[in-house]
Amino acid sequence: MEPARAINNIVEIQVGIADYKTAREPARLITLGLGSCVGVSLYDPALKLGGLLHLMLPDSTQFTNVTKPAKFADLGIPLLIQEMQKEGASPSRLKAKLVGGAQMFSGLDSKMILNIGQRNVEKARQMLKEYGIPILAEEVGGNRGRTMIFDTSTGQVSIRMLGNKLKVI
Amino acid sequence: MSYRILSPVELDALKEVGNIGLGNAVTSLAQLINRRVSMHVPRTCFLPYEEMINMIGGYEELVGCVSLRVLGDAPGMVLYVFNEESTYRLVDMLIGAPVGTTAALDEMAESAIKEVGNVLTGSFISAIGMMTGLNMITTVPLFAFDMLGAVLTSLMVAAGRVEDQVLVIETELFHDLEVQIKGHFFLLTEPGAIDRLISALGVSGGGSENT
Repeated sequence: MEPARAINNIVEIQVGIADYKTAREPARLITLGLGSCVGVSLYDPALKLGGLLHLMLPDSTQFTNVTKPAKFADLGIPLLIQEMQKEGASPSRLKAKLVGGAQMFSGLDSKMILNIGQRNVEKARQMLKEYGIPILAEEVGGNRGRTMIFDTSTGQVSIRMLGNKLKVI
Repeated sequence: MSYRILSPVELDALKEVGNIGLGNAVTSLAQLINRRVSMHVPRTCFLPYEEMINMIGGYEELVGCVSLRVLGDAPGMVLYVFNEESTYRLVDMLIGAPVGTTAALDEMAESAIKEVGNVLTGSFISAIGMMTGLNMITTVPLFAFDMLGAVLTSLMVAAGRVEDQVLVIETELFHDLEVQIKGHFFLLTEPGAIDRLISALGVSGGGSENT
């Protein structure tokens, strides 16, 4: 899969699992197949600068060996904010949107091991609150996988689910 | 991240374990549905998990996935993944309906798939346990029918620490000699579990650590 490709001259930049990317208009940032993972988009409307993070777990402090900070909500969100600041964004202008955090599996065992989606969402909300970044919209929870497409020209986020129409938040 | 490079001898031993495990699984399936079932294994390999997503068809591919956690001496997780078409054919086979009957999943279809996943993966794991003398127990099956990327990443996260490389066994199930159901079997292991499997098989040697 190509990390970046152009459709109608609009560059699509793919954000992998446990990774983050930033881009300015007219690029689109896209992350595929969010399950219990959460996609966090940050947008500075004045610069039309966007950032997208694909996090997997809420809390890095439970792990002794952290190789990929972007995997975790508590480290990945500050990293993305820093990166956007480097590119000129003002934290006071940033607006967030959250997508994902589903519970993909049905079964008896599911409660025991799989409430990670919800914990990811809660931790992401908490981190954004600490930085004073408002959450403009969310499409979280449920039991469906989602692909998140973030348009840096408008700040709009489109969500693709199998068998559903594209939803824009 | 570090992962282990297996020597050809070790890899062959694991493939053999996989094949015997699957043979056992198919026998159990045939007993369950009381029909002749055979299985062909086009390939077995070790892959990084990102490659296993591409192998099945990409992050947004619709798949059915049965998963069970493996507890005991070689902990990890075992998954059986089918594409959309094969998921429906599997349901047809299980409920004894003509091929093409199932075109969507209802609760009964889901529980039928969970049951077959339980039987196949359970007997797969117990065969490995018997061969190696290791204590391996499986938990109740979980099922999801959705985007491959979403399903697999959610499982990886739930499994906690798993090694970057995954044992992949490609399977083709046949019954009545014509209907073909393609599926991929994955064994995700916690660090150290593969070493324990290999040393239990008595073929250890020649592998190396890579960072």
